Amino acid sequence: MSRTVIQVENLSKHYRLGVLGGKRLVDDFSRQWAKLTGKPDPLSKIGGNPRAKNNGKNGNSADELWALNDVSFDVKEGEVLGIIGRNGAGKSTLLKILSRVTAPTTGEVRVKGRIASLLEVGTGFHPELTGRENLFLNGAILGMTKTEIRAKFDEIVDFAEVEKFIDTPVKRYSSGMYVRLAFAVAAHLEPEILIVDEVLAVGDAEFQKKCLGKMGNVASQGRTVLFVSHNMVAVQTLCRRAIMLSDGQLTGQGEPADMITEYLQSFTVQEQVSKWDSPDAAPGNDVLKIKSIKIAPEGSQPDGIISMQAPINIETEFWSITPGRAVHISYHLLNEQGIVVLTTSSTSTQYDTGIYRSALQIPGGLLNSGLYHLKLIIVESGARATYTNNGIASFSVVDVSSRTIGYLGKEPGVVQPSLAWHTESIGNIK
Amino acid sequence: MEEMAEIKMENHQPKGANNSEDWTLVIRPKSGWFDLHLSDLWRYRDLIIMFVRRDFFSLYKQTILGPLWFFIQPLLTTLTFTVIFGNIAKLDTDGMPKVLFYLSGITAWNYFSDCLMKTSETFNVNASIFGKVFFPRLVVPLSVVISNLIKFGIQLLLFLAFYLYFLLGDNNIHPTSAILLLPVLLLMMAALGLGTGILVSSLTTKYRDLRFLVQFGTQLLMYTTPVIFPLSKLPEQYKWIMAANPMTPIIETFRYAFLGTGTFSWGLLGYSAAVTVIIFAVGIVLFNRVQKTFMDTV
Repeated sequence: MSRTVIQVENLSKHYRLGVLGGKRLVDDFSRQWAKLTGKPDPLSKIGGNPRAKNNGKNGNSADELWALNDVSFDVKEGEVLGIIGRNGAGKSTLLKILSRVTAPTTGEVRVKGRIASLLEVGTGFHPELTGRENLFLNGAILGMTKTEIRAKFDEIVDFAEVEKFIDTPVKRYSSGMYVRLAFAVAAHLEPEILIVDEVLAVGDAEFQKKCLGKMGNVASQGRTVLFVSHNMVAVQTLCRRAIMLSDGQLTGQGEPADMITEYLQSFTVQEQVSKWDSPDAAPGNDVLKIKSIKIAPEGSQPDGIISMQAPINIETEFWSITPGRAVHISYHLLNEQGIVVLTTSSTSTQYDTGIYRSALQIPGGLLNSGLYHLKLIIVESGARATYTNNGIASFSVVDVSSRTIGYLGKEPGVVQPSLAWHTESIGNIK
Repeated sequence: MEEMAEIKMENHQPKGANNSEDWTLVIRPKSGWFDLHLSDLWRYRDLIIMFVRRDFFSLYKQTILGPLWFFIQPLLTTLTFTVIFGNIAKLDTDGMPKVLFYLSGITAWNYFSDCLMKTSETFNVNASIFGKVFFPRLVVPLSVVISNLIKFGIQLLLFLAFYLYFLLGDNNIHPTSAILLLPVLLLMMAALGLGTGILVSSLTTKYRDLRFLVQFGTQLLMYTTPVIFPLSKLPEQYKWIMAANPMTPIIETFRYAFLGTGTFSWGLLGYSAAVTVIIFAVGIVLFNRVQKTFMDTV
């Protein structure tokens, strides 16, 4: 069993919102005076609503927030730990405490080895200084000594691909060069523990590949990486274990795949089911009224996560209120860019009065990841569109596949079908 | 780092932690008032040097006159003072050449006030860096004091040039053995400027008002130091105000060392040193206290 290198114990961080400890001297004096005389704080708000969601210690009143609430976990040496959670879940606060930018309110963290964080690259870059000067300055800010930086200088410059401009002030750099240089410095720190926060948003695909390769190297050399990202493919691919935070609390830890599922489920997926109670309020024309539209991955409930591989079932229930008129339903599937990915229609039929259900399936391994909207059109007599709804339902397709290290971003393409490749040898050269 | 961690482990035994003796870092809510981590500063000495270089070299980049500005500033101030206070208001200068009198005062005062003003902005100006990376925060004000020392050195050369000119022209000025106190005076000015600066800086994270106070407060303070008129020419009933300012004995001694006139008293200098030590100590302790959580308040 490898040894524990980070031990987080009952870590909490409390913020007072709005008050900020009293902006004026007078407030602080009255507060201190009350403390001395044993009276309650004269400035604390009365009857602040404890938030139901986050009823940890003391509760959260309107101007109080426990950004982290009693979080404990261990990290083993050489482990790549993914930290996931929605915005505001406490990820950044946790990283800030780990990198000693701010102190916890209660609890303790014990660490073995040097921690370096890539919280945001390029910290302390001075625009007037040259690339070389900034490289040394930035390295020193991140905790390297001059000798260490000098030893790595060529490697860093090479990695950043800025040899030609190393003696140019960085204010003349393109933003790409700037970021590359900044990341290169940080990537060559060689700490025992590396904290990485969303660096994948940086640079082009080529550079991303390099960065991830570097991260992989760090991990394979037995060093520990804490990786915070919203890119689930990256977490899935790079991490061996993941923890999930929500509302400042640790809500799960384990296999990345399980955590990712849990994380994705935490998003409200209500939009995958659209329902109307009576024909009067329902969308439609004088022939058909839509009762409900359910979108679900094959073999799962409507609240399931739709992965790229899963076939998608779309179930439409409708009221037929006027018999004897030939109608059909047509769906247009639009992606985030508003591009129509596909259209599909039922056959034109004269329905009797009653409730009907029609189902269709979009095959798995077809759609790219992203958000989709369904546009509904009710067509009469096979030609005349008598009702149109531009966004009657929507759903997200997510990519939770694990890839070999390389590009981990979203692949381009309106569709992303899984196509089979077959390669064979057809002879020798000459 | 290692020694520090061991000291910490002595008064803290985590329950159930295996091989607890080799944690290199323990992050805890609050450290003691006197848990100053000064050894960290030594580990980050390269960073101090690099900040000094940055401050110094980036200052006059893309200016036409460049480092000449180091001379222009005190020269013009001296000229202004000589004309207004010396020739128009006819203030007495203890019989010293007016230019030398003002230039010496300005050179010394500038070092103190630059240290004070720049270090008092430590937290506000560096909030974005401090918010992302950890390094001993004291590195920043220390580097300010050092880069200003270089500037002071350059301006001292200017003063010495004038000084030699007047010395050779025999203007009844003569250096005294107090000149040996120069390093001590420098140290006192640096410590006083740094101490006051970081004290103000620590308080401004909570009370922004202080930032404005520093601006003109430093200016007002100059009038209670003998930059413009000597301590000896002040009416008795006002003398104590000026003497209470710890910068007064420093500037008086500075002048006395080079020019041989002025007020020199071990008592006053001792008083000034005591105040300096107290302000410096309080500043360091408070700064250290604030640095752990100031990110939550800015």
